[in-house]
Amino acid sequence: MSDAAHLLVHDAVDISHGVILYLEGISVSFDGFKALNDLNLTIDAGELRCIIGPNGAGKTTMMDVITGKTRPDEGRCFFGQTIDLTTLREAEIAHAGIGRKFQKPTIFENLSVFENLELALKMDKRARTSLFAWLMDDQRDKISDTLKQIRLDHEAERPAGLLSHGQKQWLEIGMLLVQDPKLLLLDEPVAGMTDDETARTGELFKSLAGKHSLVVVEHDMAFIEQLGGKVTVLHEGAVLAEGDLATVQNDERVIEVYLGR
Amino acid sequence: MRTPLTIRFLQATPKSGWVALVLCAVLAFVVMPLLHLAVPPESPFHVSTYVITLAGKIMCYAIVAVAMDLIWGYAGILSLGHGLFFALGGYAFGMYLMRQIGRDGSYQSDLPDFMVFLDWKELPWYWTGSDSFLWALFLAVALPGLVAFIFGFFAFRSRIKGVYFSIITQALTFAAMLLFFRNETGFGGNNGFTDFKRILGYSITSPEMRVILFSLSAALLMATLLVGRYLVVSKFGRVLAAIRDAESRTMFLGYNPLWYKLAIWTFSAMLCGLAGALYVPQVGIINPSEMSAANSIEIAIWAAVGGRGTLIGPVIGAAIVNLSKSFFTQAFPDYWLFFLGALFVGVTLWLPDGVAGLWRKWRNRA
Repeated sequence: MSDAAHLLVHDAVDISHGVILYLEGISVSFDGFKALNDLNLTIDAGELRCIIGPNGAGKTTMMDVITGKTRPDEGRCFFGQTIDLTTLREAEIAHAGIGRKFQKPTIFENLSVFENLELALKMDKRARTSLFAWLMDDQRDKISDTLKQIRLDHEAERPAGLLSHGQKQWLEIGMLLVQDPKLLLLDEPVAGMTDDETARTGELFKSLAGKHSLVVVEHDMAFIEQLGGKVTVLHEGAVLAEGDLATVQNDERVIEVYLGR
Repeated sequence: MRTPLTIRFLQATPKSGWVALVLCAVLAFVVMPLLHLAVPPESPFHVSTYVITLAGKIMCYAIVAVAMDLIWGYAGILSLGHGLFFALGGYAFGMYLMRQIGRDGSYQSDLPDFMVFLDWKELPWYWTGSDSFLWALFLAVALPGLVAFIFGFFAFRSRIKGVYFSIITQALTFAAMLLFFRNETGFGGNNGFTDFKRILGYSITSPEMRVILFSLSAALLMATLLVGRYLVVSKFGRVLAAIRDAESRTMFLGYNPLWYKLAIWTFSAMLCGLAGALYVPQVGIINPSEMSAANSIEIAIWAAVGGRGTLIGPVIGAAIVNLSKSFFTQAFPDYWLFFLGALFVGVTLWLPDGVAGLWRKWRNRA
């Protein structure tokens, strides 16, 4: 609830063991329904991980737990070796270096594309400094670089609400990029995109992996194949299978869950 | 290279805005005072006391309307309790005005008349310092600010939003009204404060004092618009709009909405307090009815009629509604509330962006 978020140094995520995210025995229940049931998951630093699973498997709840929106009933959730995410608030977690893209593109419709990125930019985000904050040249450069990267450089001054659905998705991804997060959580990032846009998004994500860690929740199997990372299958709030896409697709239990018995 | 903030601010506001501001300043500080004081009453150019007082009063309302719009139009928080902050400012300054009556009251006592009537022997502790002009002015800003800060802190921290927040603010002002209605509260019960005589020793009804209060109201209104404009074009204003449009997104970008909301909410309440302090000497009375639920709703109507999300809109809205109120309550006193209701329904149905939105649409077409 406080400005303590700023006490966390941005680059202080301890990844000395090569792991950026630990989820251990996470359980969350809503009115008796177990959304997550003893979930265990580790994401390596620089990894590109895809998460799949039928509706209600707990994918979005998992993201809510990581970003502080939902508190787990049980279990531990660590960012790097030292940062306990279950004790931080949303804004503090964002400052620690976790960026999140929502399932439904969530942007500031009444602000311009440029202003959307400006607000996302990695900087002091306290109310009192915002009164006197004006963009520096290097910050402008960063925004125009990102605008090119997400192919919205010709739309910079348009209100974001007027963008197409795919463009909104890209803008939200751009907002994550200018935050310069260590870990990106992307909930169905290519939903509503054309095939061409989907392919370009895949290229972008692959280029980000290594420098950043990415967790992508998707239904689009062709897209997951393009990304080519490790795949985790969630079912009823727990991990059902993990491995490369081909292994997972041939797993008996996965087939059963997806096709029914 | 950093351009100074002032230059950036000047550039961020169109030239026509600055020209209009200077013209208004000339009108409020030179033309109107001269037409009232220097032109003889027989002349057709004479501006009457009635007009000066009405204009001063409406400008106080306009300040409240802008304050309302800063939180409703720009931050998306609808307050239905802004009348409370206005009244608190009015009461704080009213205490000073009561003390300035001195022994000229009906009972020729050092105590305000209503205290003599209640058979009180001395001033309650919270009247300490009320004979000081500066303390009264300070209280008129600080008291609404403090109430707003404490209320806002708990409401925003608990993430109370939308209609729930509006209803709680409505309840807050209603509860305060019931409290101020009680004689034991020490603010004159349902009669409130009235029969003011002086400010700083000068007669409150003299033409010069009327003009000073009028010009001060104009000055505060212009200052409000300037500060408002600065807030709106600053990054602070953009974050407010962002919180209004997608609060969770701002949180996941690393902003804590609590401090942004609390800052604009408290600032808005302080502006209302100042406006109330200027309003009371001009109308000569303050009583608990200022805290009634309907009053606060009317403030929201001013902002809606003028146009939310613009700064000039609420000024126009406050003027239109209050000028029609002056007209209707004299010509057709029974129909005023019907007219007000019809106006609100009409604006909601056909002018969602208010008069300012109509103007923008018309200009874009031309």
